[in-house]
Amino acid sequence: MAIDAATVRKVARLARIREPEERLEPLAQELNTIISWIEQLEEVNTDGVEPMTSVVAVALPLRDDVVTEGGDTSRILSNAPKSADGFFIVPKVVE
Amino acid sequence: MSELTKLTLKAALAGLKARDFSSVDITKAHIEAIEQARGLNAYVLETPDKALAMAAESDARLARGEGGALEGAPLGIKDLFCTDGVRSTAASKILGNFVPAYESTVTSQLWRDGGVMLGKLNLDEFAMGSSNETSAFGPVINPWRRNGSEAALTPGGSSGGSAAATAADLCLAATATDTGGSIRQPAAFTGTVGIKPTYGRCSRWGIIAFASSLDQAGPIAKTVEDAAIMLRSMSGHDVKDSTSLPVKVPDFASYVGRSVKGLRIGVPKEYRMPGMPAEIEKLWVDGIAWLKDAGCEIVEVSLPHTKYALPAYYIVAPAEASSNLARYDGMRYGLRAGGPSLTDVYEESRAQGFGEEVKRRILIGTYVLSAGYYDAYYLKAQKVRRRIADDFDQAWQTCDALLTPTAPSAAFGLGEQSDDPIAMYLNDIFTVTTNLAGLPGLSLPAGRDAQGLPLGLQLIGRALDEGTLFSLAGALEKAAGFTAKADRWW
Repeated sequence: MAIDAATVRKVARLARIREPEERLEPLAQELNTIISWIEQLEEVNTDGVEPMTSVVAVALPLRDDVVTEGGDTSRILSNAPKSADGFFIVPKVVE
Repeated sequence: MSELTKLTLKAALAGLKARDFSSVDITKAHIEAIEQARGLNAYVLETPDKALAMAAESDARLARGEGGALEGAPLGIKDLFCTDGVRSTAASKILGNFVPAYESTVTSQLWRDGGVMLGKLNLDEFAMGSSNETSAFGPVINPWRRNGSEAALTPGGSSGGSAAATAADLCLAATATDTGGSIRQPAAFTGTVGIKPTYGRCSRWGIIAFASSLDQAGPIAKTVEDAAIMLRSMSGHDVKDSTSLPVKVPDFASYVGRSVKGLRIGVPKEYRMPGMPAEIEKLWVDGIAWLKDAGCEIVEVSLPHTKYALPAYYIVAPAEASSNLARYDGMRYGLRAGGPSLTDVYEESRAQGFGEEVKRRILIGTYVLSAGYYDAYYLKAQKVRRRIADDFDQAWQTCDALLTPTAPSAAFGLGEQSDDPIAMYLNDIFTVTTNLAGLPGLSLPAGRDAQGLPLGLQLIGRALDEGTLFSLAGALEKAAGFTAKADRWW
Protein backbone atom coordinates (compact mmCIF):
# COMPACT_ATOMS: atom_id res chain seq x y z
CA MET A 1 0.00 0.00 0.00
CA ALA A 2 2.67 2.50 -1.02
CA ILE A 3 1.73 6.15 -0.65
CA ASP A 4 2.32 8.32 -3.73
CA ALA A 5 2.03 12.05 -4.33
CA ALA A 6 -1.59 11.67 -5.44
CA THR A 7 -2.48 9.95 -2.16
CA VAL A 8 -0.79 12.71 -0.15
CA ARG A 9 -2.73 15.30 -2.17
CA LYS A 10 -5.98 13.50 -1.36
CA VAL A 11 -5.18 13.03 2.34
CA ALA A 12 -4.03 16.65 2.73
CA ARG A 13 -7.28 17.74 1.12
CA LEU A 14 -9.27 15.54 3.55
CA ALA A 15 -7.29 17.04 6.46
CA ARG A 16 -7.80 20.57 5.08
CA ILE A 17 -4.09 21.34 5.11
CA ARG A 18 -2.68 23.09 2.04
CA GLU A 19 0.49 21.36 0.89
CA PRO A 20 2.35 22.93 -2.02
CA GLU A 21 2.85 20.68 -5.05
CA GLU A 22 6.62 20.39 -4.47
CA ARG A 23 6.05 19.03 -0.93
CA LEU A 24 3.86 16.12 -2.06
CA GLU A 25 6.65 13.80 -3.20
CA PRO A 26 8.92 14.33 -0.13
CA LEU A 27 5.90 13.90 2.14
CA ALA A 28 4.95 10.67 0.34
CA GLN A 29 8.45 9.34 1.09
CA GLU A 30 8.29 10.36 4.75
CA LEU A 31 4.87 8.83 5.23
CA ASN A 32 5.91 5.64 3.44
CA THR A 33 8.84 5.22 5.81
CA ILE A 34 6.55 5.58 8.81
CA ILE A 35 3.74 3.43 7.41
CA SER A 36 6.08 0.60 6.42
CA TRP A 37 7.53 0.65 9.95
CA ILE A 38 3.98 0.49 11.31
CA GLU A 39 3.17 -2.47 9.09
CA GLN A 40 5.19 -4.81 11.33
CA LEU A 41 1.91 -5.05 13.24
CA GLU A 42 0.86 -7.59 10.59
CA GLU A 43 3.13 -10.10 12.37
CA VAL A 44 0.85 -10.10 15.42
CA ASN A 45 -1.87 -12.71 15.45
CA THR A 46 -5.04 -10.87 16.44
CA ASP A 47 -7.58 -13.50 15.43
CA GLY A 48 -10.51 -13.35 17.80
CA VAL A 49 -9.04 -10.39 19.75
CA GLU A 50 -11.54 -7.72 20.71
CA PRO A 51 -10.28 -4.23 19.74
CA MET A 52 -9.52 -2.10 22.78
CA THR A 53 -11.78 0.92 22.69
CA SER A 54 -11.37 2.03 26.29
CA VAL A 55 -8.49 1.64 28.72
CA VAL A 56 -10.72 1.74 31.79
CA ALA A 57 -13.39 -0.90 32.12
CA VAL A 58 -16.19 1.38 33.26
CA ALA A 59 -19.46 2.18 31.54
CA LEU A 60 -19.63 5.79 30.42
CA PRO A 61 -21.82 7.73 32.83
CA LEU A 62 -25.05 9.43 31.79
CA ARG A 63 -26.07 12.85 33.01
CA ASP A 64 -29.35 14.71 32.97
CA ASP A 65 -29.91 16.57 29.73
CA VAL A 66 -30.12 20.02 31.25
CA VAL A 67 -28.42 23.34 30.63
CA THR A 68 -25.52 23.82 33.03
CA GLU A 69 -24.01 27.03 31.79
CA GLY A 70 -24.21 29.28 28.77
CA GLY A 71 -25.77 32.48 27.56
CA ASP A 72 -22.43 34.25 27.68
CA THR A 73 -21.90 35.52 24.15
CA SER A 74 -19.09 37.91 24.93
CA ARG A 75 -16.92 35.21 26.53
CA ILE A 76 -17.58 32.84 23.65
CA LEU A 77 -16.66 35.50 21.09
CA SER A 78 -13.69 36.82 23.04
CA ASN A 79 -11.15 34.95 20.88
CA ALA A 80 -12.97 35.22 17.54
CA PRO A 81 -10.75 36.29 14.63
CA LYS A 82 -13.74 38.27 13.33
CA SER A 83 -17.09 38.98 14.95
CA ALA A 84 -19.93 41.49 14.78
CA ASP A 85 -23.23 41.99 16.57
CA GLY A 86 -22.80 38.87 18.68
CA PHE A 87 -21.94 36.58 15.75
CA PHE A 88 -18.83 34.95 14.33
CA ILE A 89 -18.04 36.36 10.90
CA VAL A 90 -17.05 33.52 8.56
CA PRO A 91 -16.37 33.34 4.82
CA LYS A 92 -19.38 32.96 2.58
CA VAL A 93 -20.50 29.33 2.70
CA VAL A 94 -23.50 29.28 0.33
CA GLU A 95 -23.16 30.80 -3.11
CA MET B 1 16.92 34.85 48.88
CA SER B 2 17.93 32.51 46.07
CA GLU B 3 18.30 29.71 48.61
CA LEU B 4 14.50 29.59 48.78
CA THR B 5 14.30 28.31 45.19
CA LYS B 6 16.49 25.34 46.11
CA LEU B 7 13.97 24.00 48.62
CA THR B 8 11.92 20.93 47.89
CA LEU B 9 8.16 21.44 47.70
CA LYS B 10 7.77 19.63 51.00
CA ALA B 11 10.38 21.78 52.79
CA ALA B 12 8.92 24.96 51.30
CA LEU B 13 5.41 24.06 52.46
CA ALA B 14 6.74 23.42 55.97
CA GLY B 15 8.62 26.75 55.97
CA LEU B 16 5.54 28.62 54.73
CA LYS B 17 3.34 27.04 57.35
CA ALA B 18 5.85 27.86 60.10
CA ARG B 19 6.03 31.44 58.70
CA ASP B 20 9.83 31.17 58.35
CA PHE B 21 9.34 33.06 55.09
CA SER B 22 6.31 34.32 53.21
CA SER B 23 4.81 33.16 49.97
CA VAL B 24 5.69 36.57 48.53
CA ASP B 25 9.35 35.96 49.53
CA ILE B 26 9.61 32.58 47.85
CA THR B 27 7.56 33.71 44.84
CA LYS B 28 9.85 36.74 44.33
CA ALA B 29 12.90 34.48 44.56
CA HIS B 30 11.46 32.31 41.79
CA ILE B 31 10.51 35.30 39.62
CA GLU B 32 14.11 36.53 39.84
CA ALA B 33 15.46 33.07 39.03
CA ILE B 34 13.17 32.87 35.99
CA GLU B 35 14.33 36.29 34.74
CA GLN B 36 17.94 35.14 34.99
CA ALA B 37 17.25 31.86 33.23
CA ARG B 38 15.57 33.08 30.06
CA GLY B 39 18.36 31.41 28.08
CA LEU B 40 16.81 28.05 28.96
CA ASN B 41 13.57 29.07 27.19
CA ALA B 42 11.59 27.07 29.75
CA TYR B 43 8.77 29.57 30.18
CA VAL B 44 6.75 30.78 27.18
CA LEU B 45 4.83 33.22 29.37
CA GLU B 46 5.84 34.65 32.74
CA THR B 47 3.00 35.87 34.97
CA PRO B 48 4.84 37.65 37.82
CA ASP B 49 2.00 40.04 38.67
CA LYS B 50 -0.50 37.23 38.94
CA ALA B 51 2.00 35.19 40.96
CA LEU B 52 2.60 37.99 43.47
CA ALA B 53 -1.13 38.64 43.83
CA MET B 54 -1.79 34.94 44.46
CA ALA B 55 1.17 34.82 46.89
CA ALA B 56 -0.22 37.78 48.87
CA GLU B 57 -3.57 36.00 49.14
CA SER B 58 -1.79 32.87 50.34
CA ASP B 59 0.10 34.87 52.94
CA ALA B 60 -3.19 36.30 54.21
CA ARG B 61 -4.63 32.80 54.55
CA LEU B 62 -1.47 31.50 56.24
CA ALA B 63 -1.55 34.43 58.66
CA ARG B 64 -5.07 33.40 59.66
CA GLY B 65 -3.81 29.86 60.26
CA GLU B 66 -5.66 28.63 57.17
CA GLY B 67 -4.40 27.31 53.88
CA GLY B 68 -4.57 24.27 51.61
CA ALA B 69 -2.16 21.47 50.83
CA LEU B 70 -0.08 23.64 48.47
CA GLU B 71 -0.60 26.97 50.19
CA GLY B 72 1.84 29.59 48.94
CA ALA B 73 3.93 27.23 46.74
CA PRO B 74 5.07 28.72 43.40
CA LEU B 75 4.39 26.30 40.55
CA GLY B 76 4.93 26.16 36.78
CA ILE B 77 2.14 25.14 34.40
CA LYS B 78 2.70 23.34 31.11
CA ASP B 79 1.18 25.51 28.39
CA LEU B 80 -1.19 22.71 27.42
CA PHE B 81 -3.42 23.51 30.41
CA CYS B 82 -5.99 26.23 29.77
CA THR B 83 -5.73 29.00 32.33
CA ASP B 84 -8.51 31.55 32.75
CA GLY B 85 -7.47 34.94 31.38
CA VAL B 86 -3.89 33.78 30.71
CA ARG B 87 -2.71 33.02 27.15
CA SER B 88 -2.62 29.29 26.41
CA THR B 89 -0.93 28.16 23.21
CA ALA B 90 0.05 24.44 23.20
CA ALA B 91 3.26 25.96 21.72
CA SER B 92 1.45 26.22 18.39
CA LYS B 93 1.07 29.19 16.11
CA ILE B 94 -2.46 28.09 15.30
CA LEU B 95 -3.71 29.12 18.75
CA GLY B 96 -2.04 32.51 18.38
CA ASN B 97 -2.99 34.65 21.32
CA PHE B 98 -5.79 32.40 22.54
CA VAL B 99 -6.90 33.47 26.03
CA PRO B 100 -9.21 30.89 27.61
CA ALA B 101 -12.32 32.06 29.45
CA TYR B 102 -12.10 29.01 31.70
CA GLU B 103 -9.64 27.10 33.87
CA SER B 104 -8.62 23.45 33.42
CA THR B 105 -9.86 21.21 36.23
CA VAL B 106 -6.33 20.17 37.22
CA THR B 107 -5.02 23.73 37.55
CA SER B 108 -8.20 24.89 39.30
CA GLN B 109 -7.49 22.22 41.94
CA LEU B 110 -3.94 23.51 42.40
CA TRP B 111 -5.30 27.03 43.01
CA ARG B 112 -8.02 25.61 45.29
CA ASP B 113 -5.18 24.13 47.38
CA GLY B 114 -3.25 27.42 47.49
CA GLY B 115 -0.74 26.99 44.65
CA VAL B 116 0.79 30.11 43.05
CA MET B 117 1.16 30.30 39.26
CA LEU B 118 4.56 31.52 38.03
CA GLY B 119 3.78 31.17 34.33
CA LYS B 120 3.28 28.84 31.39
CA LEU B 121 5.93 26.31 30.40
CA ASN B 122 7.25 25.44 26.96
CA LEU B 123 6.51 22.10 25.28
CA ASP B 124 6.55 20.37 21.93
CA GLU B 125 3.73 21.70 19.72
CA PHE B 126 0.50 20.04 20.89
CA ALA B 127 2.74 17.78 23.02
CA MET B 128 3.92 15.98 19.86
CA GLY B 129 7.62 15.37 20.21
CA SER B 130 10.39 13.98 22.37
CA SER B 131 12.91 16.84 22.28
CA ASN B 132 10.94 20.10 22.56
CA GLU B 133 12.17 21.01 19.08
CA THR B 134 8.68 21.16 17.58
CA SER B 135 7.68 24.12 19.80
CA ALA B 136 6.68 27.29 17.93
CA PHE B 137 8.67 29.14 20.61
CA GLY B 138 11.88 27.22 19.91
CA PRO B 139 13.32 24.42 22.04
CA VAL B 140 13.92 24.43 25.75
CA ILE B 141 17.60 23.97 26.65
CA ASN B 142 18.43 21.30 29.22
CA PRO B 143 20.15 22.81 32.29
CA TRP B 144 22.41 19.73 32.23
CA ARG B 145 25.46 19.64 29.97
CA ARG B 146 27.94 16.90 29.19
CA ASN B 147 31.14 17.12 31.24
CA GLY B 148 33.43 19.73 29.72
CA SER B 149 31.02 20.54 26.89
CA GLU B 150 28.89 23.56 26.10
CA ALA B 151 26.72 21.75 23.55
CA ALA B 152 23.01 22.47 24.04
CA LEU B 153 21.09 19.32 24.98
CA THR B 154 17.39 18.62 24.81
CA PRO B 155 15.48 18.38 28.09
CA GLY B 156 13.30 15.78 26.36
CA GLY B 157 9.70 16.18 25.43
CA SER B 158 7.01 16.96 25.30
CA SER B 159 7.07 18.35 28.87
CA GLY B 160 10.57 19.77 28.39
CA GLY B 161 9.73 23.15 29.92
CA SER B 162 8.24 21.49 33.00
CA ALA B 163 11.30 19.28 33.46
CA ALA B 164 13.92 21.98 32.79
CA ALA B 165 12.17 24.51 35.05
CA THR B 166 11.97 22.01 37.90
CA ALA B 167 15.60 20.91 37.45
CA ALA B 168 16.86 24.51 37.32
CA ASP B 169 14.87 25.60 40.41
CA LEU B 170 12.57 27.88 38.38
CA CYS B 171 9.52 26.45 40.19
CA LEU B 172 9.01 24.10 43.14
CA ALA B 173 7.16 21.64 40.89
CA ALA B 174 5.29 21.70 37.61
CA THR B 175 2.29 20.20 35.87
CA ALA B 176 2.96 18.07 32.83
CA THR B 177 1.13 15.65 30.54
CA ASP B 178 2.05 12.26 29.11
CA THR B 179 0.62 10.66 25.96
CA GLY B 180 3.52 8.30 25.13
CA GLY B 181 6.21 9.24 27.65
CA SER B 182 6.05 13.04 27.77
CA ILE B 183 6.36 13.24 31.55
CA ARG B 184 8.78 10.39 32.18
CA GLN B 185 11.37 10.85 29.42
CA PRO B 186 11.94 14.58 30.23
CA ALA B 187 12.11 13.70 33.93
CA ALA B 188 14.81 11.12 33.13
CA PHE B 189 16.74 13.62 30.96
CA THR B 190 16.80 16.30 33.68
CA GLY B 191 17.30 14.38 36.94
CA THR B 192 13.74 15.00 38.14
CA VAL B 193 10.83 12.79 39.23
CA GLY B 194 7.74 12.42 37.05
CA ILE B 195 4.65 10.26 37.28
CA LYS B 196 1.97 9.52 34.73
CA PRO B 197 -0.87 8.22 36.87
CA THR B 198 -3.53 5.70 35.87
CA TYR B 199 -5.66 6.86 32.94
CA GLY B 200 -8.66 8.63 34.47
CA ARG B 201 -6.91 9.66 37.71
CA CYS B 202 -6.68 13.31 36.59
CA SER B 203 -9.38 15.10 34.69
CA ARG B 204 -8.53 15.96 31.10
CA TRP B 205 -11.04 18.82 31.07
CA GLY B 206 -9.38 22.05 29.93
CA ILE B 207 -6.17 20.29 28.81
CA ILE B 208 -5.67 20.89 25.09
CA ALA B 209 -6.32 17.46 23.58
CA PHE B 210 -3.74 15.43 21.63
CA ALA B 211 -4.84 11.76 21.78
CA SER B 212 -7.77 11.45 24.13
CA SER B 213 -7.48 7.75 25.00
CA LEU B 214 -3.80 8.17 25.93
CA ASP B 215 -3.44 11.70 27.37
CA GLN B 216 -2.99 11.91 31.12
CA ALA B 217 -1.78 14.72 33.38
CA GLY B 218 0.80 14.29 36.12
CA PRO B 219 3.51 16.24 37.96
CA ILE B 220 7.25 16.73 37.50
CA ALA B 221 8.95 17.43 40.83
CA LYS B 222 12.31 17.43 42.61
CA THR B 223 11.66 14.40 44.81
CA VAL B 224 9.38 11.37 44.99
CA GLU B 225 7.48 12.84 47.93
CA ASP B 226 7.04 16.18 46.14
CA ALA B 227 5.55 14.34 43.17
CA ALA B 228 3.17 12.55 45.55
CA ILE B 229 2.06 15.86 47.11
CA MET B 230 1.42 17.38 43.69
CA LEU B 231 -0.42 14.34 42.34
CA ARG B 232 -2.86 14.34 45.23
CA SER B 233 -3.95 17.89 44.42
CA MET B 234 -4.12 17.19 40.68
CA SER B 235 -6.20 14.01 40.97
CA GLY B 236 -9.89 13.43 41.49
CA HIS B 237 -13.16 12.70 39.77
CA ASP B 238 -14.60 15.40 37.53
CA VAL B 239 -18.06 15.23 35.97
CA LYS B 240 -16.76 17.35 33.08
CA ASP B 241 -14.52 14.45 31.92
CA SER B 242 -16.57 11.30 31.39
CA THR B 243 -13.40 9.16 31.47
CA SER B 244 -12.26 10.49 34.83
CA LEU B 245 -12.57 7.78 37.46
CA PRO B 246 -15.05 8.14 40.35
CA VAL B 247 -12.57 6.85 42.93
CA LYS B 248 -11.15 8.24 46.15
CA VAL B 249 -7.79 10.02 45.96
CA PRO B 250 -5.30 8.44 48.38
CA ASP B 251 -2.79 10.45 50.38
CA PHE B 252 0.00 9.46 47.99
CA ALA B 253 2.73 11.02 50.16
CA SER B 254 1.86 8.63 53.00
CA TYR B 255 3.13 5.76 50.82
CA VAL B 256 6.63 7.25 50.56
CA GLY B 257 8.89 5.67 53.17
CA ARG B 258 6.72 2.59 53.68
CA SER B 259 8.45 -0.79 53.67
CA VAL B 260 8.58 -2.57 50.34
CA LYS B 261 9.53 -5.88 51.91
CA GLY B 262 7.92 -8.83 50.21
CA LEU B 263 6.83 -6.94 47.08
CA ARG B 264 7.45 -8.88 43.89
CA ILE B 265 9.22 -6.85 41.20
CA GLY B 266 8.97 -7.97 37.60
CA VAL B 267 11.89 -7.43 35.24
CA PRO B 268 10.58 -7.67 31.66
CA LYS B 269 13.14 -9.39 29.47
CA GLU B 270 11.80 -7.68 26.32
CA TYR B 271 13.02 -4.31 27.62
CA ARG B 272 16.63 -5.44 27.11
CA MET B 273 17.13 -3.71 23.78
CA PRO B 274 20.05 -4.39 21.47
CA GLY B 275 22.31 -1.37 21.34
CA MET B 276 21.21 -0.05 24.71
CA PRO B 277 24.09 1.87 26.35
CA ALA B 278 25.95 -0.22 28.93
CA GLU B 279 25.42 2.50 31.55
CA ILE B 280 21.64 2.11 31.30
CA GLU B 281 21.93 -1.65 31.53
CA LYS B 282 24.12 -1.19 34.62
CA LEU B 283 21.70 1.29 36.20
CA TRP B 284 18.92 -1.24 35.72
CA VAL B 285 21.01 -3.94 37.43
CA ASP B 286 21.73 -1.48 40.27
CA GLY B 287 18.02 -0.76 40.64
CA ILE B 288 17.24 -4.46 40.85
CA ALA B 289 19.91 -4.89 43.53
CA TRP B 290 18.61 -1.90 45.54
CA LEU B 291 15.09 -3.28 45.59
CA LYS B 292 16.41 -6.73 46.51
CA ASP B 293 18.29 -5.16 49.44
CA ALA B 294 15.05 -3.48 50.49
CA GLY B 295 13.42 -6.90 50.73
CA CYS B 296 11.73 -7.21 47.35
CA GLU B 297 11.55 -10.45 45.45
CA ILE B 298 12.75 -10.16 41.84
CA VAL B 299 10.98 -12.17 39.14
CA GLU B 300 11.62 -12.30 35.42
CA VAL B 301 8.47 -11.62 33.42
CA SER B 302 7.65 -11.56 29.74
CA LEU B 303 5.74 -8.83 27.89
CA PRO B 304 5.93 -10.42 24.43
CA HIS B 305 4.17 -7.65 22.51
CA THR B 306 6.44 -4.84 23.71
CA LYS B 307 8.06 -4.26 20.32
CA TYR B 308 4.66 -3.64 18.74
CA ALA B 309 3.67 -0.90 21.20
CA LEU B 310 5.29 1.98 19.30
CA PRO B 311 3.90 1.04 15.87
CA ALA B 312 0.44 0.62 17.44
CA TYR B 313 0.85 3.98 19.17
CA TYR B 314 1.75 5.65 15.86
CA ILE B 315 -1.61 4.61 14.49
CA VAL B 316 -3.79 5.30 17.52
CA ALA B 317 -2.23 8.63 18.56
CA PRO B 318 -2.18 10.27 15.09
CA ALA B 319 -5.70 8.98 14.37
CA GLU B 320 -7.04 10.57 17.53
CA ALA B 321 -4.95 13.70 16.95
CA SER B 322 -6.29 14.15 13.41
CA SER B 323 -9.78 14.11 14.86
CA ASN B 324 -9.02 16.34 17.88
CA LEU B 325 -7.13 18.90 15.83
CA ALA B 326 -9.95 19.23 13.29
CA ARG B 327 -11.34 21.95 15.55
CA TYR B 328 -8.57 24.37 14.52
CA ASP B 329 -10.33 25.82 11.49
CA GLY B 330 -9.74 29.56 11.87
CA MET B 331 -13.39 30.31 12.58
CA ARG B 332 -13.89 30.72 16.32
CA TYR B 333 -10.42 31.34 17.73
CA GLY B 334 -6.78 31.25 16.75
CA LEU B 335 -5.12 31.98 13.44
CA ARG B 336 -7.24 32.80 10.39
CA ALA B 337 -5.44 33.05 7.05
CA GLY B 338 -6.17 32.85 3.33
CA GLY B 339 -9.44 33.30 1.52
CA PRO B 340 -11.80 34.17 0.04
CA SER B 341 -13.55 30.77 0.09
CA LEU B 342 -14.25 28.79 3.24
CA THR B 343 -12.06 25.90 2.08
CA ASP B 344 -9.21 28.30 1.29
CA VAL B 345 -9.39 29.68 4.81
CA TYR B 346 -9.42 26.21 6.36
CA GLU B 347 -6.50 24.98 4.28
CA GLU B 348 -4.39 28.09 4.56
CA SER B 349 -4.97 28.64 8.29
CA ARG B 350 -3.99 25.05 9.04
CA ALA B 351 -1.01 25.15 6.64
CA GLN B 352 0.36 28.29 8.31
CA GLY B 353 -0.68 27.46 11.87
CA PHE B 354 0.58 23.90 12.30
CA GLY B 355 4.27 22.95 12.39
CA GLU B 356 5.80 20.14 10.34
CA GLU B 357 5.55 17.34 12.93
CA VAL B 358 1.93 18.17 13.74
CA LYS B 359 1.04 18.19 10.03
CA ARG B 360 2.85 14.88 9.54
CA ARG B 361 0.83 13.28 12.33
CA ILE B 362 -2.46 14.73 11.10
CA LEU B 363 -1.73 13.34 7.63
CA ILE B 364 -0.87 9.88 9.03
CA GLY B 365 -3.99 9.93 11.18
CA THR B 366 -6.19 11.00 8.30
CA TYR B 367 -4.65 8.31 6.08
CA VAL B 368 -5.11 5.43 8.55
CA LEU B 369 -8.72 6.46 9.18
CA SER B 370 -9.58 7.03 5.51
CA ALA B 371 -11.98 4.83 3.60
CA GLY B 372 -10.60 1.35 2.91
CA TYR B 373 -7.74 1.53 5.42
CA TYR B 374 -9.60 1.69 8.75
CA ASP B 375 -9.60 -2.09 9.34
CA ALA B 376 -6.03 -2.62 8.17
CA TYR B 377 -4.57 0.06 10.43
CA TYR B 378 -6.78 1.48 13.16
CA LEU B 379 -8.73 -1.67 14.00
CA LYS B 380 -5.55 -3.75 13.85
CA ALA B 381 -3.78 -1.32 16.19
CA GLN B 382 -6.65 -1.45 18.69
CA LYS B 383 -6.41 -5.26 18.68
CA VAL B 384 -2.64 -5.15 19.22
CA ARG B 385 -3.30 -2.67 22.01
CA ARG B 386 -5.50 -5.28 23.66
CA ARG B 387 -2.68 -7.83 23.40
CA ILE B 388 -0.30 -5.35 25.07
CA ALA B 389 -2.77 -4.77 27.91
CA ASP B 390 -3.20 -8.57 28.23
CA ASP B 391 0.60 -8.92 28.56
CA PHE B 392 0.49 -6.69 31.64
CA ASP B 393 -2.48 -8.58 33.11
CA GLN B 394 -0.46 -11.76 32.70
CA ALA B 395 2.56 -10.16 34.42
CA TRP B 396 0.46 -9.10 37.41
CA GLN B 397 -0.14 -12.81 38.12
CA THR B 398 3.46 -13.06 39.31
CA CYS B 399 4.53 -9.55 40.30
CA ASP B 400 3.28 -6.33 41.92
CA ALA B 401 5.22 -3.78 39.87
CA LEU B 402 7.76 -3.65 37.05
CA LEU B 403 11.20 -2.04 36.99
CA THR B 404 12.67 -0.83 33.67
CA PRO B 405 14.88 1.94 32.34
CA THR B 406 12.87 5.09 31.48
CA ALA B 407 14.53 5.96 28.17
CA PRO B 408 17.00 4.20 25.87
CA SER B 409 19.59 7.02 26.17
CA ALA B 410 20.59 10.05 28.20
CA ALA B 411 19.69 13.54 26.94
CA PHE B 412 20.90 14.04 23.38
CA GLY B 413 22.01 17.17 21.55
CA LEU B 414 19.51 19.51 19.94
CA GLY B 415 19.25 18.65 16.26
CA GLU B 416 20.80 15.19 16.69
CA GLN B 417 17.62 13.23 16.03
CA SER B 418 15.36 15.71 14.29
CA ASP B 419 15.99 14.42 10.75
CA ASP B 420 14.63 10.96 11.42
CA PRO B 421 11.08 10.76 12.79
CA ILE B 422 11.35 7.07 13.68
CA ALA B 423 14.62 7.54 15.63
CA MET B 424 12.83 10.29 17.56
CA TYR B 425 9.79 8.05 18.17
CA LEU B 426 12.06 5.35 19.69
CA ASN B 427 12.65 7.62 22.70
CA ASP B 428 9.29 6.42 23.99
CA ILE B 429 9.98 2.71 23.57
CA PHE B 430 9.94 1.94 27.33
CA THR B 431 7.20 4.39 28.30
CA VAL B 432 4.53 4.09 25.60
CA THR B 433 3.27 0.66 26.70
CA THR B 434 1.75 2.09 29.88
CA ASN B 435 -0.17 4.73 27.95
CA LEU B 436 -1.65 2.07 25.69
CA ALA B 437 -2.66 -0.02 28.72
CA GLY B 438 -3.71 2.98 30.89
CA LEU B 439 -1.30 2.01 33.70
CA PRO B 440 0.67 4.29 36.04
CA GLY B 441 4.39 4.82 35.36
CA LEU B 442 6.93 6.76 37.42
CA SER B 443 10.44 7.87 36.50
CA LEU B 444 13.05 8.81 39.05
CA PRO B 445 16.72 9.81 38.70
CA ALA B 446 18.98 6.96 39.76
CA GLY B 447 22.42 7.60 38.33
CA ARG B 448 24.57 9.43 35.80
CA ASP B 449 26.30 8.35 32.63
CA ALA B 450 30.03 8.69 31.93
CA GLN B 451 29.45 12.23 30.64
CA GLY B 452 27.72 13.23 33.85
CA LEU B 453 24.16 13.24 32.52
CA PRO B 454 21.26 11.96 34.65
CA LEU B 455 19.59 8.63 33.88
CA GLY B 456 16.18 7.46 35.02
CA LEU B 457 14.55 4.26 36.16
CA GLN B 458 10.87 3.57 35.55
CA LEU B 459 8.40 1.79 37.79
CA ILE B 460 5.14 0.52 36.27
CA GLY B 461 2.21 -0.48 38.45
CA ARG B 462 -1.27 -1.95 38.35
CA ALA B 463 -4.16 0.37 37.54
CA LEU B 464 -4.85 2.72 40.47
CA ASP B 465 -1.87 1.37 42.42
CA GLU B 466 0.23 4.54 42.38
CA GLY B 467 0.70 4.04 46.13
CA THR B 468 2.93 1.01 45.60
CA LEU B 469 4.94 2.96 43.00
CA PHE B 470 5.52 5.77 45.50
CA SER B 471 6.71 3.28 48.15
CA LEU B 472 9.09 1.60 45.69
CA ALA B 473 10.29 4.92 44.30
CA GLY B 474 10.94 6.12 47.84
CA ALA B 475 13.11 3.05 48.48
CA LEU B 476 14.99 3.51 45.20
CA GLU B 477 15.49 7.23 45.80
CA LYS B 478 17.02 6.49 49.17
CA ALA B 479 19.30 3.76 47.83
CA ALA B 480 20.38 5.69 44.72
CA GLY B 481 21.12 8.84 46.72
CA PHE B 482 20.84 10.98 43.59
CA THR B 483 21.36 14.56 44.77
CA ALA B 484 23.30 16.04 41.84
CA LYS B 485 22.12 19.29 40.31
CA ALA B 486 23.14 20.83 36.99
CA ASP B 487 26.02 23.29 37.39
CA ARG B 488 24.62 26.72 36.77
CA TRP B 489 25.81 28.19 33.45
CA TRP B 490 22.72 30.15 32.46
